[in-house]
Amino acid sequence: MSEINRAAVAHLARLAHIEMTAEELDKMAGELDVIVDSIKSVQEVARPDVPATSHPIPLTNVFREDVVGETLSQELALANAPDAADGRFKVPAILDEE
Amino acid sequence: MAETQELVAFDEAMAKYDPVLGFEVHVELNTKTKMFSAAPNAFGDVPNTNVSPVDLGLPGTLPVVNKSAVEYSIMIGLALNCKIAESCFFARKNYFYPDTPKNFQTSQYEDPICYDGYLDIELEDGEVFRVEIERAHMEEDAGKLTHLGGATGRIQGAEYSLVDYNRAGVPLVEIVTKPIVGAGSRAPELARAYVAAVREIVKNLGVSDARMERGNVRCDANVSLMPKGATQFGIRSETKNVNSLRAVERAVRFEIERHAAVLESGQKVVQETRHWHEDTRSTTSGRPKSDADDYRYFPEPDLVPVVTTEAWVEELRSRLPEPPAERRKRLKADWGYSDAEFRDVVNAGVMDSIEETIAAGASAAVARKWWMGEISRRAKEAEVEPSELGVSPQTVVELDRLVQAGKINDKLARQVLDGVLAGEGSPEEVVDKRGLAVVSDDSALLDAIDAALAAQPDVAEKIRGGKVQAAGAIVGGVMKATRGQADAGRVRELIFERLGVQA
Repeated sequence: MSEINRAAVAHLARLAHIEMTAEELDKMAGELDVIVDSIKSVQEVARPDVPATSHPIPLTNVFREDVVGETLSQELALANAPDAADGRFKVPAILDEE
Repeated sequence: MAETQELVAFDEAMAKYDPVLGFEVHVELNTKTKMFSAAPNAFGDVPNTNVSPVDLGLPGTLPVVNKSAVEYSIMIGLALNCKIAESCFFARKNYFYPDTPKNFQTSQYEDPICYDGYLDIELEDGEVFRVEIERAHMEEDAGKLTHLGGATGRIQGAEYSLVDYNRAGVPLVEIVTKPIVGAGSRAPELARAYVAAVREIVKNLGVSDARMERGNVRCDANVSLMPKGATQFGIRSETKNVNSLRAVERAVRFEIERHAAVLESGQKVVQETRHWHEDTRSTTSGRPKSDADDYRYFPEPDLVPVVTTEAWVEELRSRLPEPPAERRKRLKADWGYSDAEFRDVVNAGVMDSIEETIAAGASAAVARKWWMGEISRRAKEAEVEPSELGVSPQTVVELDRLVQAGKINDKLARQVLDGVLAGEGSPEEVVDKRGLAVVSDDSALLDAIDAALAAQPDVAEKIRGGKVQAAGAIVGGVMKATRGQADAGRVRELIFERLGVQA
């Protein structure tokens, strides 16, 4: 039973801003489906008493004290920007609403 | 902006529909550093100078949680009567927008740090309305976009945008209410009062600067209408950018009127984001909810869970100041002000000043007289808050002491205050330096009285004849001759003595 179909891949590609050809969508739908099927076996092992893992190491409360540290200079911050103006990153017009 | 919108008059809308409200209030915390990096959390600095590689989402960087931001979030939750999660973690909210350099916002999704709270909101006439809090979660702010090249500075028609990431990563707490049902025609008023209460609480906790004009407290208002008596909620709109208390009230009112018109015409309300425009006092359509709102939340793998202990939470609870609403109730009772007097004091923003002045030794009546009278008047002239004028509680106490002792009168007290504000020293020192003391030497006063009586013999005759109210003209003459430095009461007594009249 296919969980990941072509439409789902097209949707995800759009959300992720990845352009994909028709062939790529077909190929990826098949490949992702295989991966999802493989991962599925985890569900057979995980019972309700096994909490979901979001982090491989059982640590909690890794905090930083509220003390100001180093920052980048404006020049350095903008060093890798494709475009900049007035000390800020310059980006193309955003067509969407705020 | 040329969208014309049908509206139904508010009262008419309320006759047929019940509004349901919901609010998302974002509070920027005033920690020294950002939520996940040690870059400064500061407003108004040179663009892109308060940034670290973490804030810019550079590859290979790792976030580390700011402990103070977690503690401030818990304190907000406690002040909102929330439960505090024993364990919670962060999640990534994925979307592409240039204000978010990582292409996701680090937020909380399934398990917010605070949940299931409430806030009792007192409306102006004393009616109390309970607003249930669904959750308060931790997240980070986005960068600031400036749209340029267009005609209006608005996003529509802009040719490009500039991004400043100084604000990116500033700690935020988002407070989400449960649907608020039953406010009826008081919905707009309740909306304003709720946001005002949240702002006051976070300010009182000291965890946010709470300046709405700087975006420290921002509100998104959800509004829907359902036919009176119905239980199924209508379709809602979410109005963004309502960033003043007045705007919150107006936006809710506007949306009620707009929804009613849509429903009356037999159409369906579109579930969408709306934008509030203060200039036209109306909302315009943003984007409809779409599959682009699929944020694909997942647990943030770079951060470990936040676990709270009872001891930690109780320690934070012990730091909470007296809630503002309770404090007001206590002060009003202590001071014995009437409802109207107290409301005026609160609205004038002088409650704290009065409290300090009373603590410094003034009576409640004297403190109110000065702060609501002369000091408020001067503040208005100078276009500043009364507390910003530079009048210390001690000055008010001393001025009053001088008046009570008969050394100066009210008129002179104002001149003394001039001197104090001009940096000439304490009220006593100003009295000495400017020679402002009331003339209390009777012989000096009698000379002035004799001169005034001689100058107005007809008035003197009237007083002798028993018309005691005519003495005002003589008192006025004496005050003029002494440049206001006489004690008017004493002058009056002396006039009657001089003329042998029983007053």
